[in-house]
Amino acid sequence: MTDPRIAGAGVTQFGKHPERTGRDLFAEAGLEALDQSGVDPEDVEALYYGNFMGELAEHQGHQGPLMAEAIGIDAPATRLEAACASAGAAVREAVKTLRNGEAEVVVVGGAERMTNIGTAAATDALAIAADDLYEIRAGMTFPGAYALMARAYFDEFGGSHEDLAHVAVKNHEHALVNEHAQIQKEITVEDAMEAPTIAAPLGLYDSCPITDGAAAAVLTTEAYAEDNDLDAPVAISGTGQGGDNLALQDRPHLARTPAADKAAHEAYADAGIEADDVDVAEVHDCFTIAEVLAIESLGLFEPGEGIHAATEGTTTRHGELPVNLSGGLKAKGHPVGATGVAQLATIAWVLEGTHPRADAVPDASVGVAHNAGGTVASTTVHVLEVEE
Amino acid sequence: MTETPLNGEYDDWLDAIEDGDGYYVECEAGHGWLPPRSVCPDCGSRTLHDEPLPDSGEIATHTTITVATPQFEDDAPYVTAIADFGPVSITGLVRGVDPEDVSMGDVVDIEVGERETTGERAVVFRPR
Repeated sequence: MTDPRIAGAGVTQFGKHPERTGRDLFAEAGLEALDQSGVDPEDVEALYYGNFMGELAEHQGHQGPLMAEAIGIDAPATRLEAACASAGAAVREAVKTLRNGEAEVVVVGGAERMTNIGTAAATDALAIAADDLYEIRAGMTFPGAYALMARAYFDEFGGSHEDLAHVAVKNHEHALVNEHAQIQKEITVEDAMEAPTIAAPLGLYDSCPITDGAAAAVLTTEAYAEDNDLDAPVAISGTGQGGDNLALQDRPHLARTPAADKAAHEAYADAGIEADDVDVAEVHDCFTIAEVLAIESLGLFEPGEGIHAATEGTTTRHGELPVNLSGGLKAKGHPVGATGVAQLATIAWVLEGTHPRADAVPDASVGVAHNAGGTVASTTVHVLEVEE
Repeated sequence: MTETPLNGEYDDWLDAIEDGDGYYVECEAGHGWLPPRSVCPDCGSRTLHDEPLPDSGEIATHTTITVATPQFEDDAPYVTAIADFGPVSITGLVRGVDPEDVSMGDVVDIEVGERETTGERAVVFRPR
């Protein structure tokens, strides 16, 4: 195998940093990743960078070269945009470049500045990931879109808002020891049930916060890691990406996410694994229902069964298959363009045993990262494996 | 009167709904879409024609939105729903009913209304 290795990763504290520019946030994450990797910055041959709303939040397009400069690398830099899956798409490009032999060392990352424009403008900016003509003009917001999916799910498979509350409680509990997390606050099912409604049936605790932050990782070929004696035990062994109709109304099914099914199928085949081999997962829980849809698409639960996973404890850190040990987007926060790489970093740290929640899965060897854009019209899935 | 540029076939489609002549776009295999479409995303057919929109739809899912974007600030709380018209489904605002009383499967008519916040046109569903 010549699977790309994760030589180092860096993540800023996720939270409210309205005064910090995107370039400042990315510099922190990127330099930490470079320092951790032990790679000479002069060896970096490309930057793949995820960002979604830079034009709207800080009037800044063309962020690729800006971010390469911010981390002191002289290499071609490209920004990728796939809504909330922008960084996942960047990881995929990085993996392909390394596998193709076009580079030996690349930096992958993402950043998003969001809180500086306020909640209303950020909600408005996020909404452009949906169909402007047919969805936004009908009043759809992102919480609204996931509320439409949640109600369709309950109608088809059963389950209730209380089951979703268990997802929020779990992810909040997981984040308590994560110093990068935006929210480190334990909540109860009652807290989640009684929180103000945003878009019925979803309430405040069903939704991830609005977040500033950045994440970066240095990826190398296996040969480069060996030749330079890098400590890089985690490999990206599988990559997959799936797409779907942009607008929910154009999909045959409102309670499933086939783009994620396709991405998982491709990534598992690429890695030569089955869903049963997965020991731990970071999934895109921008809303609680999104975690349910994700774990079903990943094949970890049958359709209609994912809703019970958190309630029954299966996906908690004490359960058989912990999901979102970082706290997920729900508690860790969701700086949109950085999320896919933050997920990658979490899985790498869990598999290496350096993550504060790694003790939940001491024998884990296979992890997956599921990063979804829009209402899951774009999804990337990456399989990570650690050397025995 | 609006001074902003129109969105071509989307605005033509709204005009047609407003006139009671709603339509959708269909390919030879019977896949339905809303305009503009140059090709059927399902089967790749480029032979598309207009078909009359069935005069009622059924609510397939709905949400009552309390936290709105600035463009819908004065509309909130409001109900957004996806209604199934058979060959196509359409997203719209549900009006003329208490949000608490909107249910899955409700039969709705389609018309064009205005956003309370901006006065811009929007697809509106009214339960029968």
